[in-house]
Amino acid sequence: MSPNAPEDFSYVPEGHTSRGRLERILRRGEFAVTAELNPPDSADPNEVYERGGIFDGWVDGINATDGSGANCHMSSVAICGLLTRVGYAPILQISCRDRNRIAIQGDVLGAAAMGVNNILCLTGDGVQAGDQPGAKPVFDFDCMSLLETIRTMRDEGRFLSGRKITDPPRVFLGAAINPFAPPYDYRPLRLKKKIEAGAQFVQSQYCYDIPLLKEYMKRVCDMGLHEKCYILIGVGPLASAKTARWMRANVPGVHIPDSIIARLEGAEKQKLEGKKLCIELIQQIQDIEGVSGIHVMAYRQEELVSEIVHESGVLKDRKPWQRELNPGDATAIEFAERQSGELAASDT
Amino acid sequence: MAKPASPTAAYQPSDISAVRRQRARYSVRLWSVKHARGLEIIYTLLADVFLKLHPLWNLIGYRRVERPVMFVEKTVKGFLFDCRMCGQCALSDTGMSCPMNCPKQLRNGPCGGVRANGNCEVEPDMPCVWVQAWQGSQRMRANSNILKVQKPVDQSLRNTSAWLRVTAERAEQDALEKAQEQ
Repeated sequence: MSPNAPEDFSYVPEGHTSRGRLERILRRGEFAVTAELNPPDSADPNEVYERGGIFDGWVDGINATDGSGANCHMSSVAICGLLTRVGYAPILQISCRDRNRIAIQGDVLGAAAMGVNNILCLTGDGVQAGDQPGAKPVFDFDCMSLLETIRTMRDEGRFLSGRKITDPPRVFLGAAINPFAPPYDYRPLRLKKKIEAGAQFVQSQYCYDIPLLKEYMKRVCDMGLHEKCYILIGVGPLASAKTARWMRANVPGVHIPDSIIARLEGAEKQKLEGKKLCIELIQQIQDIEGVSGIHVMAYRQEELVSEIVHESGVLKDRKPWQRELNPGDATAIEFAERQSGELAASDT
Repeated sequence: MAKPASPTAAYQPSDISAVRRQRARYSVRLWSVKHARGLEIIYTLLADVFLKLHPLWNLIGYRRVERPVMFVEKTVKGFLFDCRMCGQCALSDTGMSCPMNCPKQLRNGPCGGVRANGNCEVEPDMPCVWVQAWQGSQRMRANSNILKVQKPVDQSLRNTSAWLRVTAERAEQDALEKAQEQ
């Protein structure tokens, strides 16, 4: 076995539902870090390996988005399948927008067969948000019924129809939360509902409003929900004030307060300020009661993830699983070198 | 790397809608949510009346009575709630706001895309069905019904009468209970 992976991932530990690394880290009480992979518009598997390699040794799970923002990209099942080939722990995102219940249940089995241990159940953005607004919105399930269906598949070994599954998919189930959209007083109750439907961990939408998050988390903790579910808060660096404005107006569900935009605008190097801001947010978030980790979404700034995680110090002394480099694997070595070179440069 | 997504995508900022809709279209729907409590009472009464009429439905035959009842149901609910005839009415659990009017047809609460003004992500002029549902449910006696996890929609029940189906189910259950008592 690889020296970096002394753990045996071939079995489901007592009290766990998956073989996966992410579940083990969260159950151990460690502060988890996940990141979002920008899916390629390409049929080249190397692009997936490269984009996954950026996070190597810095994250506990890699989210493979399912047509995020209703744009067409490589499918999330395929990305996850490729990532498992090189040992990464992908989180399969399933959105209800594009496939009906027959396709989704089939995908869950297929992904689990390829070694995917984590599934994130999403409703998905409307088709109007993407590059193909003329598409038929499916929405056969909603995120809640999707969670319940996969939980039934896993725990009872049955499809939605009741038909038996010979070997159920051993997956750790996740959902999304957005504490930053109305109706605010209903949002904690919605989390409760998701937990009842089967959510074991949740990842939130981008957080730029700490007071709003604190209020939400207070209610969540009062209801005891943080003990039933691991809560990972979404963060991400903003490249500039212009990007922030664009995101606020065009990406559904993103809430960025004016003060954040003003701060970026006032900075000399906006990109650097965006990174600093992100690190500050992470440090504030990790102190909030009930938070189990962060989910870094650095869209088209993926190379910053390792720096952000490193400089924020959230991992303390823990080193997430790293891929053992195969001497023959030129791409990976070149990649690692480039990455460490960049890191050294940023330290000075 | 991927090409930057162009800001000219079909998605429009909150104040502009690609298709201008008449605001008036939502006014009856919003009225129904505002009067969720009253409608709840009427609904319970109506359900009881339908149950009392069970022998009559049975006499004529549920299948034969289906079309005329569906027509009435479609007209009434269509006017009050912009009903989409999914055939498995959840109005009493969703604050008298029909979840099938949600562009994503969500039956378990609002998505994360709700705009800060409480309008829909997909149709910027439409008040979010689920923001309305939450407000409506708080006016109702059965105000915790909104926390129930709803099953996925059974598409085979589309364009059938939910009223008759619920009545038949209740009658069957009553009969079962009676049989058990004896």
